[in-house]
This record gives sequence, structure tokens and C-alpha cells, in this order.
Amino acid sequence: MKRAASINRISDRINIGLTGLATVLIFAILVVILGTLVAGGHKVITWEFLTQPPREGMTKGGIFPAIFGMVFSVMIMLIAVLPVGVSAAIYLHEYAKPGHWLTKLVRGAVNNLAGVPSIVFGLFGLGFFINFLGRGLDASLGKETLFGQPCILWAALTLALLNLPMIIVATEEALRAVPQTERAGALALGATKWQTIWHVVLPQALPGILTGTVLVISRGAGEVAPIMFTGAAYFLPTLPKVPTDQFMTLGYHIFVMSTQSPDIEATVPIAMGATLVLLSLTIALNMVAVVIRTRTRKALRRGR
Amino acid sequence: MPDQITERIAMAGFNLYYHATKALEDISLSIPERQVTAIIGPSGCGKSTLLRSINRMNDLIDGVRVDGQLLLDGEDIYDRGIDVVELRRKVGMVFQRPNPFPKSIYENVAFGVRMGGNQGLTSKLDEVVERSLKEAAIWDEIKDRLSRSAMELSGGQQQRVCIARALAVEPEVILMDEPASALDPLATAKIEELIFRLKEKYTIVIVTHNMQQAARVSDQTAFLMLGKLIEYDKTSKMFTSPSNKLTEEYITGRFG
Amino acid sequence: MSLKAGPFKYVGEELIANAIRLAALVAIAGIVLIFLFVLKEAMPVLFDKAVQQEATVAGYFRGLDWQPVSDLPRYSFWPIILGTLKVTLIALLFAVPVAVGAALYSAEFAPVWLKEAIKPMVEILAGIPSVVLGFFALIFMATFLQKLFGWHIRLNAVNAGLALGVTVIPPIYSLCEDAISSVPQSFREAALGLGATPWQTAINVVLPAALPGVSAAILLGMGRAIGETMVVLMAAGNAPQFTFDLLQSTRTMTATIAAELGEVVFGSAHYHTLFFLGLLLFAVTFVINLVSWSLFDRLMAKLYGAKK
Repeated sequence: MKRAASINRISDRINIGLTGLATVLIFAILVVILGTLVAGGHKVITWEFLTQPPREGMTKGGIFPAIFGMVFSVMIMLIAVLPVGVSAAIYLHEYAKPGHWLTKLVRGAVNNLAGVPSIVFGLFGLGFFINFLGRGLDASLGKETLFGQPCILWAALTLALLNLPMIIVATEEALRAVPQTERAGALALGATKWQTIWHVVLPQALPGILTGTVLVISRGAGEVAPIMFTGAAYFLPTLPKVPTDQFMTLGYHIFVMSTQSPDIEATVPIAMGATLVLLSLTIALNMVAVVIRTRTRKALRRGR
Repeated sequence: MPDQITERIAMAGFNLYYHATKALEDISLSIPERQVTAIIGPSGCGKSTLLRSINRMNDLIDGVRVDGQLLLDGEDIYDRGIDVVELRRKVGMVFQRPNPFPKSIYENVAFGVRMGGNQGLTSKLDEVVERSLKEAAIWDEIKDRLSRSAMELSGGQQQRVCIARALAVEPEVILMDEPASALDPLATAKIEELIFRLKEKYTIVIVTHNMQQAARVSDQTAFLMLGKLIEYDKTSKMFTSPSNKLTEEYITGRFG
Repeated sequence: MSLKAGPFKYVGEELIANAIRLAALVAIAGIVLIFLFVLKEAMPVLFDKAVQQEATVAGYFRGLDWQPVSDLPRYSFWPIILGTLKVTLIALLFAVPVAVGAALYSAEFAPVWLKEAIKPMVEILAGIPSVVLGFFALIFMATFLQKLFGWHIRLNAVNAGLALGVTVIPPIYSLCEDAISSVPQSFREAALGLGATPWQTAINVVLPAALPGVSAAILLGMGRAIGETMVVLMAAGNAPQFTFDLLQSTRTMTATIAAELGEVVFGSAHYHTLFFLGLLLFAVTFVINLVSWSLFDRLMAKLYGAKK
């Protein structure tokens, strides 16, 4: 016996409404989180806050060293991850034999690494970069303790490894979007393989690579677990000058100020301010990535 | 063939294997200079494979092996030590679907020249671009929008830009893989007209599934089936009184 | 003119190709190294007698006490495994219906303008660093929920689980939305043409057709929840006690590493135990990935026919 059409329509409406509610819920979550943080933190953001170091045991002053350290570490991370990641993707897509077992293994390894918990990277950074590589370097250079300790270099390299899969995947996706017939056309004109890649393929892949880079910057700025034991410090009297210095960084600052503070009343507002600064940065970066992606998709549909 | 016609490309006992399958079997033919040679045959007979062997584009496919001889001006192009990049400069190719780069028309045509490093002065490059676009019979249509993207052009125009692009590197042989099959009849006619003029200067080898086109455009025709060369003769003879029964059946449309 | 190549003509080309191969090798080496090294530092638990005085693999699964820093160190994984499970379960119970529901709405029912608005919204949520979510959960959410529900203990598994759920909503949403949108339009047309309502079509035809992608998304979300560190470190209370009570303070495997790695003595049994824990996490993520892929393949084959 068929259900009356009107009942169907009502139950339809209810069900669809429920899923719509789920969407509204996500929106509400976002508004509540952002709203709370903005409301609590916007008063703290002043020019001094952004440009001054902390004072009086972190209960007063600003967060400039944390901003500086974050920028410094992300820059070193990019120097490490971009050339290696993009080249690895170019190798996988343009040079490697497609069905070869090694190619498949590498792709599998990259996919797996993408899911590894960030704290495991921290473990690796401590155990390998600091305790193994760092100490080894010190021993061979005859230094007491230069490399064998937490510092911005090892933290940045740990972040680079964390973000390597994302760069490789983003670049490969971008390379795949370039039609094979364009490569054939270039080669048929007497261009070499690298000329084809450099002059025809990469220019078209650039937006995709850029998207990946922007997302990786966002992640590199916000991740705490990989750098907790590999170089981030709670308080440093001076700014880091060389890669073997330790550094302060926003994410770690927020963590320590909210969980290990002797005077929680005073440090929470500062943590709020730091949170707002970090949030603004990561959200802005994510939005930039979305914009690049949308514009690339539109351009593709237009027939470039 | 009469003595004064030079042989440009010669194939002798040429085989091509794709993994274990033989895609081309015992091909022997001679392509004369400054004429149009057509390759026809049913789908999957190996015509494109044969064409792409001449500029070694098959090298790009994994698992391809060849033996036998393929001589260009007396030199076996599959010899060790052959500069494949130079070969592809000398032997140009036009593809079935127009494949201009997402760059300006100017940059498309100049591309091959730039890659070869022979660009010299910008004015020289301007000359080359103009000459090539004129040779491809499209200069007048687009001379005012050279800096616009080639992707904005119609299919037929794009194909002529691709031809200009191939001409710019001054090849001696031009390979055309069904150059008009993706185009409308008007554009096709323009391409055929172009081929007629180009053969005064270049040796042209064209693959086509359209027999009327082969009859219109070519001087000699090769008929391929299942990777084997069934018949190769002057076009006029091939289409009026073919020697091989299979050729006759194909031409009269008994199978396609 | 001969076509023979001069010996030095393409030196530059070869150099670049080799540089690229080298970079690829470095990338692969890094990936392999991380696995090998964590394994290496976990190995002493299996082979070093000195370490085994204090910690053994059997010991990890015996008893219910995690007390590495005490006169008689105990290293049972059970409390922290349970902690991970509790928090992950709550996170998924919260996130999966919300994310899948929203994805279904977005792909099937939402008007275009709304669909365009949801995407950036989810991207923003995805862009919130986990330390910020942890901070929010620690300072605001815990207090609010405690007042609302009258909790005895402020930082507990529910608090962390909900915050963790927020973390995994974006990836599950994105993958589900992709999967549902990719279902061919012909399926919907066939169902609607037979007189099914939009909802019936979505639930009985589209969602099942998208099952491979949806299940992969959920499994991926689970993997992310298990591997998340900062949120649980800040919002769960960090007491490694073995209890099924969701309103008690709890600690996960990831938080354990984060909380203790800073003070551990290099080379001690505790040190190697933490690496063993890392290895366990590595293995769990690997298994989840594997299951996710094989499930995806099997579902695809079942729904759309095996690849020829």
C-alpha cells in the first residue's frame, strides 16, 4: 500500500531538515569558537603586544619573540620541504616508470606518512635529529653541545618531514592536471624532457603547488607536537639568530601559557591574544588556498 | 620511381613490439621527398604507430621495442647515439586533436625555436613567427591578436597554429596524424588546401581514416592491416585498380 | 647532416634529471627513516636485557597501572589505550553524524549559494590549529559544560572527545561530500523517475552508492582522532587511570608521549617505552590506512563491478 504522498513529503522535509541542521551545527560551532576567542582576545591585541617581548614571568608584555620564532622556523621548513617535495613529485610523475614496484612503494609510503600522528614526528625529531644526528655532528666537529640539543634547525626539519607528503601530493595532483598531449606536442617540436617540464608543465602546475605551499605554511605555523621537544622553548631572553638557537613560537606559547602557568589569571589573556594572532594567520592562509583553488578551477573550465 | 626523386625515409623489415604483441610487422617502404604519402587502414591497424615511429614518439610508451631499419636520409634513426631531440626538430608532427599550449599564439609558434636556443634577436623571432603563420595560411586571421591566448581560437584555427608551430623549427618532414578528424568540413578543407601547398617544400606523411581525403591529398598511399603493409602504390592506381584483394575490399567499404 | 648526438650536448639535461632523482631519494629516505628509527629506538624493549629489567612487551599488557615515574615503575598500556578509545569513540559519535549529514545536505539538497558558502566555512574550521582547539576546550568549553551538566571533574573524556570531534569534522565532511557528489546523476534520475522522493533517493540510492568514499572518510577520521595530540593533551585531564567512566580525567597514547618525552632520560627503559608507544601508533595508523584502502576497493568492486 503506497504511503500517502503528503506523508512522504512531510517526512522528507523533516529528514532533509535534520541534515540541514547538521550543517547549521557546523556553522554554529565555528561561530561559537571564533566568537569566544575574538571576544576574549581582541582587547589584548595592541601594537605593543605584537612587537614587545614578554615581561615579568610572562604575565605582562607581548609575544613578539613567538611571532619571530614562528616565522623563522617556517622559513627554514619551507627551504627544506619545497625543493625536495616538488622534485620528488616531479620524479614520481614525469620520470619514474608508472607501474614499477618502486614507484608504487614510494606512493604508498607517502600516503602512509600522511596519516602518522604528529607526536610521532616529535619522537623522531628528538631521537634522530637531536640524539643521533646532532650528537654525531658534535662528536665529529669536536664541539661540546651545538647540534645535539633542541634548536630551530631540528624543529624546522621535523616540520618539513611532517609536511612532505602534502607537498608531494599537491604537486602530483597539479602535474596530473596538465594534459599529456601538451607534453607530446612539446617533445615533438624537439624540446628536451626538462624543457618540456620547465616551460610547459610547471607553469600550469604552479597554482596547485602554491595551494599546497600555503596549506603547509599554515600547518607549519600551528603544529605544536613536532616541535615541543625539538626546539621550542617557553622563554628565551634573546631572539634566535642562528639555526642552532632555540626559539619561541606562537603555538607552543599558547600551550604552555594555558597549561603550565603559575599565574593563570594573568597568562590566559596573553594566551588569548596569541591565539587570535595565530588563528588570523592560519585562517587567512587557508582562505588564500581556497581562493587559488577556486580560481584555478574556473580558469580550467574556461579552457584556460 | 623516376631517378630525380630522392628517397627521404626508408623502412626495411621494420618491426615494433608493444610488450609481447607485435604491433608492426615487417614494414618495408620508401617515402619520397616533397610528396604526400598517406597511410590508411581500419581502426587499430597500426597507422598511428607507424607514423610515430618516424619521429620516435613511440619511445615515450613503456614497453616498446623495435627492430629492423628505419632510415632518414640514409641514417638509421634507431641507432645508438642518435640525437632524438634533433630528430624531432627535423621531423615535425601535427596531432589529431589540436594541442596548443595555454600561451599566446606568438609564444606557441616561437616555442620550438626558443627551445632550440636559436632565437637570436627578438626581431628574428618576430620574422620566424610571421613566416610560419603565413605558411600555415592563418596569418591574416590572427595577425592582430598574436598576444592573445591560442586557446581562444576555434578548432581549425588552433590546428593551423599547431602547424605553424611545427613549421617554425624548419623541419624537413612533417608527420600528420589524422590532422582534420576533429575539425568541421570547412576547416578540413582549409587543412587539405594547406597540405597541397606545403608539399612543395616539405615531405609529408599523413595518417587518415578518411579514404576520400587520402585520394584527394596524397601522391602515394600505404594500406595497413593488423600491423602489416598490404599494399603501397601511387594513389591514383591504388584507388582505381588496387593489386591486392584486401585493399579492394577496404576501399570499397566492405569493412572499416 | 648526421643526427648523431655529441657527447656533451645534453649534459645539463642529465644533471637536472639526476638532481631530481636525488631529491626524490631524499624524500623517500626521510619517509623510510622515520619508520626505521622509531623501530630502532623501540627495539631495546624486545632485545635489551637491561631495559627488560624494567619494561617488557608482556608487561605492557599486564596490569592496569601506568606509573613510569615511581619506585616500582609500571608500564601497562591499558589505561592509555582505553583513554584513546574513549576519546575517539566520543569524537566519532559526535563528528560522523554531523559531518555525513552535512555532506549529504550539501551535496544533495542545499541550494547552490549555500553550497558555495559551506565550503569556505569548513575550510576555516579545518584551518584552526589543534592547539587553539585544545585551548578553547580547556579554558571555555570545559567550564561551560561543567556548569551545564554539573560535572564533578572538569577535564574529562567527554570534554576532550567533543573537541576532538570538532577536529575531525572537516576531513570527514570533505571526503564524504566528494564521494556523494561523484555519484553519477543517472542514479538519481532513475530513482526519481520511479517515484522516489529526494530523501528516499538520497538515503536508498545515493548514499549506498557513495559508501566506498564515505567509509574511507570515516576510517580516515578515526585515524586522525587516534593520532591527535594537542587537543587531548590539553582537554582530557591527563590522568592515566583505567576506568570506563567517561566523566573521569583520562589520558591517551599520544598525550602520554607528549607529556613524558620532555623529562625522560635518554636511553632509559621509559625512553624506549615511549618509542614503543610511538611504534604502536605508527602500526595502528598503518593498519587503519590499509583497511580503509582495501574496504574502499572491495566496496567499489561490489557496487560497480570489478576492474577488468
